[in-house]
Amino acid sequence: MNGFISRGFGGHRRVPEELADRLPPGQYVESGFPVLTAGPTPKVDTADWTFRVDGMVGQEREWTWEEFGQLPFEDVPCDIHCVTKWSKLGTTFRGVPVDVLLDAAEPLGAYAVQYSYGGYTTNLPIEDLMDGKAWVVTEHEGEPLPREHGGPARMLVPHLYFWKSAKWVAGLRVMDHDEPGFWEERGYHEYGDPWKEQRYWND
Amino acid sequence: MERLTPVEQKAPGRWQVATVAAIKPETPQVKSFRLQVPMWMAHLPGQHYDVRLTAPDGYQAQRSYSIASSPLEKGEIELTIDRLADGEVSPYFHDVVVEGDQVEVRGPFTSYFVWRGESPVLLVGGGSGVVPLMCMMRHRRLTMPELPMRLVYSVRKADDVIYADVIAEAGVDSGIGFVCGSNAFVETASQLLLDAGFDPQQIRTERFGPTG
Repeated sequence: MNGFISRGFGGHRRVPEELADRLPPGQYVESGFPVLTAGPTPKVDTADWTFRVDGMVGQEREWTWEEFGQLPFEDVPCDIHCVTKWSKLGTTFRGVPVDVLLDAAEPLGAYAVQYSYGGYTTNLPIEDLMDGKAWVVTEHEGEPLPREHGGPARMLVPHLYFWKSAKWVAGLRVMDHDEPGFWEERGYHEYGDPWKEQRYWND
Repeated sequence: MERLTPVEQKAPGRWQVATVAAIKPETPQVKSFRLQVPMWMAHLPGQHYDVRLTAPDGYQAQRSYSIASSPLEKGEIELTIDRLADGEVSPYFHDVVVEGDQVEVRGPFTSYFVWRGESPVLLVGGGSGVVPLMCMMRHRRLTMPELPMRLVYSVRKADDVIYADVIAEAGVDSGIGFVCGSNAFVETASQLLLDAGFDPQQIRTERFGPTG
């Protein structure tokens, strides 16, 4: 801290004490679910939808919507943190653990790129998708995931800023190196840990 | 196109203390704040700054605001801020900040919703979504005034027109489209552009967060 004080600023959106340790620095609590998307919202029909795991894998895998529905789903209660400063606490998605998808494909690289219908990409170390830290979700609060929030299916990686959870996700590409995705090329942080406030390139 | 002033995206600067040089009321709910920025860096038209307020006990609030001024206006940025009734940072700017005050800022940030001189250009703004588009218009006027650029600007009532001194003209054109406003506005407007034959890759959108 540099000791700067904003003249006449009191701050009235303080977080209740019981929630304070769930709110990363620089974030505020938002009860709604804002929509922030680069470009128009893609239309993805479940009849055409597939999810792939490809790249550096022992065996490329692809699931249709129907096949995907046969995989083990679980409820995922979590807090989500958007780099544009809002956080949504205590919200529940439902989906398939990424562990299940990766195990089926035998990943051989240490990095992954999520890619989406519409062309969006985001990168992360593959270990951030493992051990119960990431899901491909198709429901939010008991309802099918709305299109504007990434329906029919989006990635959910709640321990990173939410741009690391690709909407309209079409697959994962396993890589032997870290390759910047859409926002990572355009000024947002390579990794994006909200607790370290890794928002932009030199954070 | 390098015909316009080339501006490279760099890693943005650290937090710095800017001084409010001028405040201009645009509408009853909107004011423009001209800030003198000591470690100024040229921005790409469409980029934003983060603003951080700190209370005496250390409590902080941060928000992002689009830049309305051209990067040719060196050493300064203009942030145009819509007062949100239930907001925390925008009412502070409207009700507390006076000329000469200091505010912490950091930027400029991100290079997706940016204009690098592509043409022809269609700008579609809803309410205060016109702010980053104004930066593009001002920069064009200073550099390539003959370059084809059109603005479609939607407001709820006549009083809500920001930058009333700038003439907006409607029109549909091919080329690149920038759409900025509330989510509902952007959804509808970008769908209309798709229907009009725009390539999805040539439509760049910026959406407001919580309000909609």
